[in-house]
Amino acid sequence: MEAAAAGRQRALLRQVLGWRLAAAVAWSGLLLPVCTAAFVLLSGIQPLRPLRWLSDSFDDLYTSHVIFCILLMSVVVLVISVFNVEFYAVVPSIPCSRLALIGKIIHPQQVIHSVAHAIMGMLVAWCAAVMTKGRFQFLAVPCTISESLNDAVPQMCLNEYHLFFLLSGAFMGYCYSLLYLINNMNYLAFPIIQQYKYLRFRRSLPLLVKHSCVESLYSVRNFCVAYYFFGYIPKMWISTTMDLRIDSKLHPLDTLSGLLDLSLFYHVWLCGVFLLVTWYIAWLFFKIYATETHHFPVQPTFAEETDQCLPKILNSNPPLIIKFLALQDLMLLSQYSPVRRQEVFSLSQPGGHPHNWTAISRECLSLLTDLTQRLIAQQEAAAANGRAKQQVGEMKVSPQTPGAVVAEDIPFQLQRSDIGSPFSSPALNCKAGILDLSSPWHGSVQSPLVMRRGPKLWTSGSGLQMNGSHRESFPVLSVARVGSEAVQPSFIYTWLQNKQEQIKNFLSRRVLIMYFFSKHPEASIQAVFSDAQMHIWALEGLSHLVAASFTEDQFGVVQTTLPAILNTLLTLQEVVDRHFKLPHVSSKPPRSSGSLVDTSYKTLRFALRASLKTALYRITTVFGEHLNAVQVSTEHKKRLQQFLEYKE
Amino acid sequence: MALLPARLPPPTPLGALQSIERSLLCRGEKRRWKGAGAAKGSKGLQRDRSKGRRGGLSARSALTSPRLPPPLQLTSEDMIAAFSQAVDWAGCSIRAFAWHPHTSKFAVALLDDSVRVYNSSSATIPSLKHRLQRNVAAVAWKPLCASILAVACQSCVLVWHLDPTSLSTRPSSGCAQVLSYPGHSPVTSLAWAPSGKLLLSASPVDTAMLVWDVSTENCVQLQWFGGGGVTFLAWSPDGSKVLAATPSAVFKVWEAQMWTCEKWPTIKGRCQTGCWSPDGSRLLFTVLGESVIYSLSFSEYRGDMQGQVGGSKTASIVADLSETTFETPYGEERVGGAVQSMAWDPTGERLAVIIRGDPRTAGTQTVVAVFRTRNSPVFELLPCGFLRGEQSAEPQLIAFHPCFQKGALLTVVSHGHIWRPRLSAPCQGLIAAAGGGGKALGTPPRTAAASRAAGQPQRQQEQPGCPHRPAAAAGGRERGGGPCPPRDSWAGDVPLPGAAGMGGAGVARLHLLLHPNV
Repeated sequence: MEAAAAGRQRALLRQVLGWRLAAAVAWSGLLLPVCTAAFVLLSGIQPLRPLRWLSDSFDDLYTSHVIFCILLMSVVVLVISVFNVEFYAVVPSIPCSRLALIGKIIHPQQVIHSVAHAIMGMLVAWCAAVMTKGRFQFLAVPCTISESLNDAVPQMCLNEYHLFFLLSGAFMGYCYSLLYLINNMNYLAFPIIQQYKYLRFRRSLPLLVKHSCVESLYSVRNFCVAYYFFGYIPKMWISTTMDLRIDSKLHPLDTLSGLLDLSLFYHVWLCGVFLLVTWYIAWLFFKIYATETHHFPVQPTFAEETDQCLPKILNSNPPLIIKFLALQDLMLLSQYSPVRRQEVFSLSQPGGHPHNWTAISRECLSLLTDLTQRLIAQQEAAAANGRAKQQVGEMKVSPQTPGAVVAEDIPFQLQRSDIGSPFSSPALNCKAGILDLSSPWHGSVQSPLVMRRGPKLWTSGSGLQMNGSHRESFPVLSVARVGSEAVQPSFIYTWLQNKQEQIKNFLSRRVLIMYFFSKHPEASIQAVFSDAQMHIWALEGLSHLVAASFTEDQFGVVQTTLPAILNTLLTLQEVVDRHFKLPHVSSKPPRSSGSLVDTSYKTLRFALRASLKTALYRITTVFGEHLNAVQVSTEHKKRLQQFLEYKE
Repeated sequence: MALLPARLPPPTPLGALQSIERSLLCRGEKRRWKGAGAAKGSKGLQRDRSKGRRGGLSARSALTSPRLPPPLQLTSEDMIAAFSQAVDWAGCSIRAFAWHPHTSKFAVALLDDSVRVYNSSSATIPSLKHRLQRNVAAVAWKPLCASILAVACQSCVLVWHLDPTSLSTRPSSGCAQVLSYPGHSPVTSLAWAPSGKLLLSASPVDTAMLVWDVSTENCVQLQWFGGGGVTFLAWSPDGSKVLAATPSAVFKVWEAQMWTCEKWPTIKGRCQTGCWSPDGSRLLFTVLGESVIYSLSFSEYRGDMQGQVGGSKTASIVADLSETTFETPYGEERVGGAVQSMAWDPTGERLAVIIRGDPRTAGTQTVVAVFRTRNSPVFELLPCGFLRGEQSAEPQLIAFHPCFQKGALLTVVSHGHIWRPRLSAPCQGLIAAAGGGGKALGTPPRTAAASRAAGQPQRQQEQPGCPHRPAAAAGGRERGGGPCPPRDSWAGDVPLPGAAGMGGAGVARLHLLLHPNV
């Protein structure tokens, strides 16, 4: 059963994304000759003899080694694309502390990524060296050893320039991989407006080139420094293993004067730009194609298509990217397409049930309810943290701001759970303490105020795994079990707790440990809202549909769910409002405009808050006084009145 | 001239309205562009169907001309003055004005770079000041929101997040979000998406207009090379299209889903202003240096025609506002000229136009003309009359109240004593309403205004949305008629201390004047 479901999902993924990925790879392959031509042209630059330069460059383009290089580069681009496809994420993973970041870097997956990229970088650098020609072309060059004057036998010597090229390529490949990780470049940010692919590409191209040039400059600088200190190691190694001599007449490169070679610098930089541009183009195409809207039918025309229609996909548990695309499509159809909205509001034949609307609204509401619970749980954790500190009363001294204290204690706070040790996987620690959804209060949404007053019995580590699916995150059974244990705390438990406190105290005084463990409050907040894009689309889709139903819904199918929708939105609004009162939540992270690196995930919480308000206003503006007839609680009625008077 | 298009009405019957209408003849003919000859002429008005890739001849020549594009020769303040919708941006104490889209609340930008927010249901008048808030060219309220105001400043766009329940009169600059982008200044025009999601900003020196997701501060550049900047933006009320005027003789109409555009080359000059019908199916625009209003119709918007703007092939002239002299009981008067700005009321029944007199000829003046309009089944534009303020009070800005229930409520910000030195010019504003019947036009109570002109700032503000007194005598008033008796109109006074201290006596104010539905 599960295997069948998994197979279906794979088929769906292949169907939705397959041709897009193929097209993305094909386009980046097609642009490769263009990049290569530009590289050949620029590498052979002769400013004093422009005509000669142009004719030489054009002659070079048709030579066999350039064509071979293009073929090799196509393979490289293919490999890069495969890595892009394997590593993408629609929900960014945000390391909350330095240790988490280090953990990410030495994670086996990332190590494979880095090594592969370093090798690919070396291949690109080899191609670049071959195409540049001149003194860079070969690793071994004939030379005469001056010592053996008598028999001046030509011997093979190591061409250090070539070696320098290859190593710089590997270095840049590694840097690319590292920055890919640190800047979360695997995160697929969906664009704020729809645009044709060509226009999106054209818009990003200047940025891409600029970014590559700057990035390459920094890499070359860093590589020169590294080579100055450690360059002799690979040089000796290569010359001994390949039995190549070192030409003593040539200036060694790992000296200051050797590195101050402008031509070498220029060519290495150009090679870096070439490498980054081709790789970023592959990345850009992947991004553009993967985030393109997909048109899911609302109503299946044929029986085989049932699996691919929007309500079905939303209600099943598809791969996250499919879910994102489906929600995006929902948002677009609710906003722009009256015909498809009509399908949503339609009744089934036969039977006359509003299956489409029920499925869509149920899924949107459950998404929003999930978010509400998550936020409540986190607020509760923050509040409990504060209380715990007051009770214990010994952990006061901390060099940081109160918000940081709240956040940084979280990994230590995990009690008697499998990840209770602060040294276990940091990626887990990041969220586990915050998101204890398995608290006994999970499930009751209607009055968060009551929940806050309730005592907090324990926190459990079986938190929500953000990167995975969002549905499997309610281990109800384990809650019951853990709950029964926790009600009667034993002597051992208290003792353990005391010990833990002591260890915590001890560790928190060690500066180095604090350096690695201290959490960036901003990062922890971002982590909570990292998948908020889904909720934003759900809010927009739902509110547009409800607003449109005022005139378009012939059978009144929306009316039946209107109280539930209003309840959910108003509760979420309350919780979000309260969440923004927590320290650090309402302060904006610095913005980087006009950069290739997308940092939109950092401000998703603001987008969520804004679209929640807009969604409520959209409904109240359209329905106006009619909302008074909708059954909601008195508290919510008051809130609705505020919205009707534009006072929120 | 012989062509009579099917959708335009036959020539207007003019019997009922007397001499006024002569100047505002609604032409029932579709004319080719004036300056264009028979052979080339059709190009002037024909849409550039190629969407910029194979531009029309006239467009090409405008874009590839070697000289500097006009905006780059100006200082940024002159540039704002040139492209602002206000008649005299540099001199008047009210530089920009915006009604809140859902409530009776409006914001005015004053000469001293502060922005004030007036609310019918609250006595507090927040005054917004910010270090970066200089040379405000436009203000715009976010739709579907209680109190978010975008302000187009010299170097950036400021987005004020005001608390509608707050009693503070001086919100801190921490409430303002700064949206800036290198090379995108000065900002002269802003437009919010009617869905409240996106904000567009335009600068005459930046060839790209920016689409902002305000909450995340992300922006996307919408570049369409050529044309040299964007001066004026108007988002259609149904959210489907955006008009973007450029400083050169070309304007664009963007479709707001896939963001493709259609280019419209004009021959005579740049597009000065434009406004959309409420359903987004018709655009009225004017061109600098011509005293006619053009109309451009669009096919009905459906979501399924992705990426098509759907404009008709040619624009037609719907009104000729060239200068006319006619007799009034008060002597000979000359009215007519280029259009400075236009506003179409949310019900689609009234169109208000600021007609700027030719400064070279003496005796002409800036007036507000009001038209009666109908968009379906055929488009109709009937002259209705003129609005004139106090003696020598020049209309500055116009806007319709976006959610007034009983007809169309027009707001006119006007400016008096234009001959005075800039900084000491006291500004007079008036908000007048054209009632649903449309004939209810007149002057504000002159006597009352004159008595107030020298008086103290009066702390009374009446609610624009509150029920007004019915009156019988307001209908059919002609231009130049005697002052309305105060009881005919519902008038209020909004003291605007913006000009105070700049010339001693200057107290700018807005008069609220509402004529009843007739």
